[in-house]
Formats: sequence, C-alpha cells, structure tokens
Amino acid sequence: METALKFPVLTPAMPEIIMLIGALAILMLDLIVRKKDFIALASLILAGLVAYNVFGAAGETFGGMFVADGYAMFFKLIFLVSLMLTILISIKYIEVERVNYGEYYSLALFSTLGMMIMASAGDLIVLYLGLELMALSTYVLAGFLKHSLRSNEAAVKYFLLGAFASAFLLFGISLTYGITGTTDIRAVAAYISENGLSENPVLLLSVILFSVAFSFKIAAAPFHMWAPDVYEGAPTSVTAFMSVGPKAAGFAVIGKVFLIAFASAKLSWVQVLIPVAILTMATGNILALMQTNIKRMLAYSSIAHAGYALLGIIAGGAEGMAGVMSYLMIYAFMNIGAFAIVILLRSEGFQGENISDLEGLSKTHPLYAALMLISMFSLTGIPPTAGFIGKFYIFVSAVNAGYTWLVVVAVIFSAISAYFYLRVVMYMYMREPKEEVRLTTSPAVNLALAISTAAVLLIGVLPSSVIDLAMYAAAGF
Amino acid sequence: MLPQVLFLYFAFAIVALSLAVITRKNPVHSVIFMLVLFFHIAALYLTLNAEFLAAIQIIVYAGAILVLFLFVVLMLNLKEEVTEHRYISLWAVGVLLSIAISAIFLMTLSSIPLGAKGVFSPDVIASETHTVALGKLLYTEFLYPFEIASVILLVAIVGAVVLAKKRLKS
Amino acid sequence: MDHIVTDILEFIFLMWFAIFSAGTLDVLINIGIIILKIAAVVAVVMTHVAYATYFERKAIGHMQVRLGPMRVGPHGILQPIADFVKLFFKEDIIPAQADKPLFYIAPVIAVFAAMSSLAVIPFFNGFVIANLNIGLLFILAMSSIGAYGIIMAGWSSNSKYSFLGGLRSSAQVISYEIAMGLSLVGVVMMAGSLNLTDIVKAQQAYPLKMYIFPQFLGFFVFMVAAFAETNRTPFDLPEAESELVAGYFVEYSGMRFALFFAAEYIGMILMALLGAICYLGGWNGPFQIPYIPFAWLLVKVYCIVFLFYWVRATVPRYRYDQLMALGWKIMIPLTLLNIVITGVIKILT
Repeated sequence: METALKFPVLTPAMPEIIMLIGALAILMLDLIVRKKDFIALASLILAGLVAYNVFGAAGETFGGMFVADGYAMFFKLIFLVSLMLTILISIKYIEVERVNYGEYYSLALFSTLGMMIMASAGDLIVLYLGLELMALSTYVLAGFLKHSLRSNEAAVKYFLLGAFASAFLLFGISLTYGITGTTDIRAVAAYISENGLSENPVLLLSVILFSVAFSFKIAAAPFHMWAPDVYEGAPTSVTAFMSVGPKAAGFAVIGKVFLIAFASAKLSWVQVLIPVAILTMATGNILALMQTNIKRMLAYSSIAHAGYALLGIIAGGAEGMAGVMSYLMIYAFMNIGAFAIVILLRSEGFQGENISDLEGLSKTHPLYAALMLISMFSLTGIPPTAGFIGKFYIFVSAVNAGYTWLVVVAVIFSAISAYFYLRVVMYMYMREPKEEVRLTTSPAVNLALAISTAAVLLIGVLPSSVIDLAMYAAAGF
Repeated sequence: MLPQVLFLYFAFAIVALSLAVITRKNPVHSVIFMLVLFFHIAALYLTLNAEFLAAIQIIVYAGAILVLFLFVVLMLNLKEEVTEHRYISLWAVGVLLSIAISAIFLMTLSSIPLGAKGVFSPDVIASETHTVALGKLLYTEFLYPFEIASVILLVAIVGAVVLAKKRLKS
Repeated sequence: MDHIVTDILEFIFLMWFAIFSAGTLDVLINIGIIILKIAAVVAVVMTHVAYATYFERKAIGHMQVRLGPMRVGPHGILQPIADFVKLFFKEDIIPAQADKPLFYIAPVIAVFAAMSSLAVIPFFNGFVIANLNIGLLFILAMSSIGAYGIIMAGWSSNSKYSFLGGLRSSAQVISYEIAMGLSLVGVVMMAGSLNLTDIVKAQQAYPLKMYIFPQFLGFFVFMVAAFAETNRTPFDLPEAESELVAGYFVEYSGMRFALFFAAEYIGMILMALLGAICYLGGWNGPFQIPYIPFAWLLVKVYCIVFLFYWVRATVPRYRYDQLMALGWKIMIPLTLLNIVITGVIKILT
C-alpha cells in the first residue's frame, strides 16, 4: 500500500509562505543586527510584500484546507494594514518601555500569519490551528513588559481564558465532526443540509460552543471580562494590535463557520447571536461611561464595536458580510489612530494613561488634539468620518434583513457612546492644561497617524473605495 | 463485549480521576492523580488500536509536560493550597451550573446522529499498524495542519525565550 | 512485598498489551507462556543486577589500584548475596514528616518502570515477552515514568538533600530524554520500524550487522544520554554524594533503598540492551555461536556496561549548568543534524 507523496500546489498560499519565511528570517536577522529599527523596517517591508502578493493569490490547495478567495483576501488586507500600523507605532514605544527586543516584531508577524491562516481556512482543524498560532503569539506580546505586574496579569488572564475558549472551540469542532464525519467546512455545510440536521440538538449545542469560543475571541459579552484588564495591562502598541487584528480574525472565522458551515442552521445561531449582540453593545457602552483610564475606555469601546459588527453577521448574506468587513477595515484605521495618541503620551517616567492626562492638549499640541478628535468622532460614528460609513452599512444590511428593532437598539447605544468619546474631546478642548505634557513623537508614529487619519477621512468622503471592494469580496455569501 | 466494558471502566475512571485532580488540596497529589489519568487516556487509545498515540500520550504528557508541572510545584514548595477568605462563596452555584450543563449535554448527546464513517476503523489501523497509518496521513493529507502545528511550537519556544530574557538598560 | 506488587502490576500491564496487540490469540495459553517468559527474564536480569554491583566494585577497585570486595567467598564473589541479605533484614525507617503514600510508592514506581521496559526487549530471535509495534516508544515512555519515582522520592522524603536531588533529576531526565529520543529517530528512519525485533533484523544488511557505522553520531548522543538518564557519572548530580549525601534516596533504608539501587542497575542494563539492540545489531554477530542464541547480545551488553564502569572511574562530575548546556546546545542539535543527514541519504539511495 504505497501512497505517493504528491507535492501540493503552493501558489495560492504564496502570501502565507512568504510571511512564514520572512518571519523566520527576521528572527534570525535579530541575531546579527543590533539596531532594532532595522528589524522593524524589515518587518514593514515584509508585510508590504505579503500584501502585494495577497492580490495575486487565488485558488485552493492542500486538498481544500487552504482557500484563497476574495473573502480571505479582504481580511488579510485588514490584518496586514493593522500589522503595519502597529509596527509603526511600536518602534519608539517599545524603546521607551525598554523591551526593545527583535522578537517583538517576529511575534507580531507570526500572529498575523495565524490570522491569515484563519481567514483562508477551509477546514475546522486548520481554523483551530491558525487561531492558536495567532493567540499564542498574542499572549506573549501581552506579557511583553516582563517587569510590569499589570502586563504579567494581562498575559496570564489572556492565556488562561484563551485556553479555556480554545477548549470550547475544540469541543464544538468535535461535536460537529461527530455528527457529520468531516471537518471540511463546505463538506459540513453540505452534510447538514443533505441530511436535514439543521434542527438537530447536537448541532445546536455545537453552535453554542462555537459561539462561546468566538465571543471570547472578539470580546463579546458575556465573555468580555478579560478584555479591560488585558487591554489595560498589555503594552499599548500590543493593545492596539489586539483590538483590531484578532478581533477581525475572529469575525473572519465566525463568517466561515456560521455563514458557510452552519448556513442551513441559521435560525439556531441567530437566536444565540442576537442576545449576545445586544448584551455586548450594552456592556461595552455603559461600562465605558465610568472609565478614567483611556486604555480601559477603549477596551470597552472595542467590546461595543464587536456588538455592532455582530449585527452584520446576524443580517447575513453578502450585504451583511460586506458590512462587517468594511466595518472592520475602518475600525482598524480609527482605533489604531486613537491608540497612537495614547502611545504619544507615554514617556520616560510618565504613564499617560488617564483620560485627564489629555486635558488641554489642544493648547499645547493642537495638531495631535485634532487627530484625536477625528478618531473620536469616527469611533462615535459622526459624519463625514469613516466610522459613520461603517455603522451605516451594517445597520442598512440589518434593516434589509428585517431586524429593524435591533438597529434601533444599536442606534440608542451608539448615542450613549457619544458621551464617553466626546468627553475625551471635551477634556482636550475645554480644559486648561494641568502640567506640561511632553509627547514622545517620532516620524514613524506621525506616519501611522497620518495614514490612519487620511484613511478615516477618505473613506468617510469616498466610501465606495472600501465598500465596493468588500461587496466584491463577500459576493460568495 | 470486552471493549464496551473496558470503555466504561476507562470513561468512569477518567471522570473520577479528573475530579480527584481538581479537588486535592495538595498540588503534588493532584499532579500524581493527573499522571494516573494520563495512563487511563493512553489505555483508551489502545482500545482503538492507536498504539502510537498511546505511547506519545505517555511520553509527551506524562513524561514531559507533567514533569514540568511537578517541577514548578516543587520549586514553589506548595505544601497545601493557600486558602483565603472569599467574599462570596459560589460553591453551590457552581455545582448547580455544572449539573445543569451536564444534564443539557446528556440530553442532547442521546439524540446524536453519527456522521459519515471514515476509512480508518480500528481493524484497518490494526492491519496497517497505527504508526504507519498516522505517518502517511500526517505527511500527505494533513501536511498543512502539521506544518502549522510546527510553527505554533516554534512560537511557543520563542515566547518562552523572550519572557526569560533580562530587562534591557534604557 | 514490593517485588510482588511490582510483578503484579507489570503482569497486568503486559496482559493488557498481549490481549490488545495480539488480538485473536488463545488467551490462556498465552498467559502461561508469558508468565514463564517473565520469570526467566526477571531471574536472569536480577542476577545480572546483583553481579553488576559486584563487578562494578571490582572493576573500579582495580582501576584505582585496590582490590575491591575480597572477604565474602573467594575474591568476594558472594558479596552481592551478603549485601542483599543485609538490606533485606535492615529496619525500614520512614521519616516522621514524610508524605507516607508517596514515600512508599516511589521506589515501586522506579522499579516498575525499569522492569516493564524489559518486556519489549528481544533477547534473541523470537524471544520477546511482548512484541510491540511500538517497542522503542514503550521504552521511552517507561523511562519517562521512571523519573516520577525519583521526583516523588525526593519530594516525599521532606529533606533538603533529597529534594534538591529530585529537582536536579527531573530537569536532567527530561532534557536528556529529548536527546535520547531524537538520537533513536535515526535508527527508526533506517529500519522503518519501531519494533525492536524488526530493528535488529534490518541491521543485517549493514557492515558487521550493526547500525553503529552509519549512525555513529546517533550512537554517541545515545550513549551520553544513557549516562544522563541513568544518573551515572559524569552526570550523577542528582545523587552527588559530596554535595547531597546520596541525593533523592538519602532518607531511604533497608529494602526500599535496595529497590532504588536495583532500579538504577536495571536501568543501566536496560540502556546497554537498548544500545546493543539499536546500534550494535542485537543478537546477531559475525558468526553464529551454537546453542546460545543470545551470546552476542550478552557480549555487547557486557561491553557497554563495562563502559559505564570505566567512565565512572575516569571522568569527573559535570557542573549543573554545564550539564544543561551540553544537553540542549550540543546533544540535541547533533541529533537533529543526524536526522537530517539520515533523511537526505535515505532519499538519495
């Protein structure tokens, strides 16, 4: 019984392969090169190279376990954009925090590789492994400030709860495997609809387990408890990365599992996701009101945004998915923009994480205050910023799918959110500066700010650029 | 008949041992129960003719991972679990919740329809030997997940090394 | 007592394997044959253990220009028996603060792990208690279980010396187990099997019917790891007598001490057997020796065991960090290199 070892076609997986080889090379480069800026530059170039390759790669390989379609391509772009912006805001920051190791960049690259694997997973096993690769790298990044107890706490909390969520995911996968006999996502979908399993209680149980695991990854209530502590304790640049990349990856796999594998069981999972979405928006927006630490506030805001994005999943179809995708892309720009300002506040001997530290920023640093203002407006969803566009398309898709009451709820919570976002603006523009705040600026952070603000405004004015691409990418749903 | 009896024994023993692991006050005893638990899991693999997996279960889990657990427990020299006063005791709630969840699981699992059967039944594995069957699958059909797993392990090593490094001077 | 417990446990284990790996065999006859085989192997190995201690003292004595044991019998030939009698009748002292169940069971685990590995060793063609497909992995699994005996002994004694010995040993054994496992991968790749009988048979096509020439790198690492796994000089830090009195079994006395002692020597003989089977061609030799099918295996095992003595008499002990650096930075990379080379050659030929 000889099975010939057939060499798989590698072209569709070229971006991932380049990413892996590049990340390994950068890990080795770190041994030789003393200047870490060079490592950061190399990582940026690598990310750009991969992004360039993402456009060309299409098709399936490894027996359908790897699927490079428009959907995967769009998500990979989100990951790479957030990776590049994160690298830009990290360079100076990790120097100030005195954790300027080259491995920081390698781990960020590996984490992004994990996300890319998740986005193009055609098989539940691959999906799980990609998730673990992403998560494991992020756990280490969250604990990168080894001397800081808060960072240690963040890493341990994230790790323990993440491992627990992985267990739920595996349980869900094994139940699905038990009733369908396959782990291939499309084969699962076919088996369920052919054998009429969509009402099966075991399938429902599996859906619940999947929801638990994914809710943890996207920090949706009631599995959001880790997020504020982890976001607060982790290095700020990593928080920016975590609040965008892994969240988007979580949505990528939610789309794959719920909209493809369990498409015929939509009635079951919508029942699960609607309460989750409402609870998430409520927790995020209400608890954000009373935060004094800006990282914690942004953590709750990130929880709330996961709630909005879930509406797109609930709406389903190409329109809903396109809404989620464009929302995540926009969220990447505006959130990293906000975190870049927080990072500027951190200097040697000054934590700069309280909202009150921003008091009077418009007097001392008018330009940076204006950039923060744009980010905050966009996070609130005020036109003409991109945040408005993102929310608008998601809400429209939900209304079209018949969930008008849900959209009304979301709009109410969105109005509540204006309070805490605009409070930041109020502190910057209507208060006198308490003490001289020294910003740790660097060309890289300025570049990141310029890119994110430009993107937020550009998408706000010309939404079709992102929306069309997302519609094209989500055409398959 | 025999396989069913054995499965029942191992299944119950595994549950009982898991309970023992989490209820022991002395962490060293917990680890020892976990060791016995791993033996039972390995034996469960043997009933499926998955001998390679059984051996790996012992070598990797019992021989490496659990020894590290024990190593850490010994280094911290925890004789007894540190008991602190808790403001709210959720013991009863926890028990109720677990019973409720178990009940839900049992109820749903009774209606489980078995999916399409794969190629590798215990008999097929026995005729081909488990090591050969597993090796062929890992390097052909499951090459991609296998490679991802190797990257995950690499990241774990890199992470461990980074976290053990000295702090940089400013 | 403990011997009986060990044997019963071992028996249950072997039955387990016999029933599930052989499948359809007539179980009762099989049980009888297996019991006979076990009895034979245990008797032979225990005699060897007893006399291994004697020859060690003799060999090292002569290397150090002493005579070694001379009093009991001609040239001290009855010394092991005297030792055994002494240990058997000695009081079994248990420290007041010890963790009793673990203290009792630790030596049993050590002997159990060492003895059950013997079950898969083919002593000559067709003679093996349990012909497992995964014989090699079984031995590695059992040797990792053996570490528990040491760690538990060290911890349960509630003594600083034994605790330190246990800690050192746990770190050392896991580190070198990786090197050992990886060094054997080369052999497995060449033989294409994890079954020890198949490995011996596969070696017949090679020079001197041995793998040692193509796998010299693996053999070297294997031997170093074998020294570390058995806690022998120059890696005997867990029981370094000048620092830790006797290491993990410092609180043990009487029969329990004897069990640890026996486990160590069984471990040494086992490593010698494994080395002889995997690298030196097992029972095969340049020519057939009539009537004694295991003669060549015996000769090879004696040579390796003598190497253990020789090294003990010659080489000083390593420092702990040196030991770890050697294991992780030299031995493991060497085995990886060996695997790559073996793989490349296997593909090319």
